[in-house]
Amino acid sequence: MSDGDRSMELAIGRLLRIGVAAAAALVLIGAGVYLWHHGAELPNYHSFRGEPRQLRHLGAILTDAGALHGRGLIQVGLLLLIATPVLRVAYAAWAFARQRDTLYVVITLTVLAVLLFSLLFMR
Amino acid sequence: MDILGFTLLVGLGAFVAGGVGALTGLGGGVVIVPLLTLGFGVDIRYAIGASLVSVIATSSGAAAAYVRDGYINIRIGMFLEVATTVGAIAGGVLAALLSANVVSVIFGLALLASAIFSVAGRGDGREGLGSPLAQRLRLGGYLPVPGGQRAYAVQGVPGGFALMFGAGVLSSLLGIGSGAVKVLALDRIMGLPFKVSTTTSNFMIGVTAAAGAGVYLNRGYIDPGLAMPVMLGVLAGSMLGARLLVRSPPTLLKRGFTVVILVLAAQMIYSGVNGGAHV
Repeated sequence: MSDGDRSMELAIGRLLRIGVAAAAALVLIGAGVYLWHHGAELPNYHSFRGEPRQLRHLGAILTDAGALHGRGLIQVGLLLLIATPVLRVAYAAWAFARQRDTLYVVITLTVLAVLLFSLLFMR
Repeated sequence: MDILGFTLLVGLGAFVAGGVGALTGLGGGVVIVPLLTLGFGVDIRYAIGASLVSVIATSSGAAAAYVRDGYINIRIGMFLEVATTVGAIAGGVLAALLSANVVSVIFGLALLASAIFSVAGRGDGREGLGSPLAQRLRLGGYLPVPGGQRAYAVQGVPGGFALMFGAGVLSSLLGIGSGAVKVLALDRIMGLPFKVSTTTSNFMIGVTAAAGAGVYLNRGYIDPGLAMPVMLGVLAGSMLGARLLVRSPPTLLKRGFTVVILVLAAQMIYSGVNGGAHV
């Protein structure tokens, strides 16, 4: 195995650890706010209604979290969690490019494009 | 029961599922959806959204540790993620077309399959050059062994790629990691050493689930109030389970968990056939 591959592995390990820890911390903070305000209400997950607009799309979620709503904060944490593997793929593309490994740059960018498509355009 | 009590109970259930999943190597994700739908009466769409998010958390957390040990084959992972992510999008499209009852039955069948695969044997890698396609893609790698490294070869690339597409479909359709199918492709079809198969499968699960989660977030399946205790519970449980696990999974616990999975499989199929899943 080349040194480039080994340093890529270590950097990917760090990136994944930080992403998951930061996401969990944000979700935990959001949980505190959410349970403080809504803990005494009744849950209703028996029938499916779908989430409101402010909890579905990136810009709207950030606005909701900016207003320090508990559910918005949790959703930003979940977004960060979903973004962690995406960042891992983006980093791998950059690392393969530094190794001048064209084949794997193309493969990695294809995965990145599919991920971004699913996040931004799939309804 | 109010939201506080509901959150604590769901969190506790997710914690146990994540812990037992890590201890047995079967993954906690497969029991989260039955736990939420059969145990708490949650609509299967919310349950799948919450489960998929927790799958990303445990997979990324575990991969962070495995990648340091040098078992994960990043090239194989990246190459096959083309198949799993496209499959995940197809699964998300399929989820919108199928009724909750059909999804419930498919879920039960997938549970049955994962219980059966879990008792299947393991390969220990092959020597030699590997298939021409695997060589062109430079998929071969090195396995850390006591006192150095051992090279292993790869074959069965088209078959593995096709099965990975199926793993992606199942992952986002059912909100699971579908690690059993991924290991089947890597271990049985592509002939990788078992340790490389399991760790590389885990590495791919996060990216696959992220593709599915993107679709579900846009569609409003991911509810923060429900996903929060599921994600935190499974993550904490699987971290503790991985720490407790020193050597091989305890046999009795693994047998017990396999029985639980079989019972849940039967219940998911029953509730789907009877129209009991919420439509």
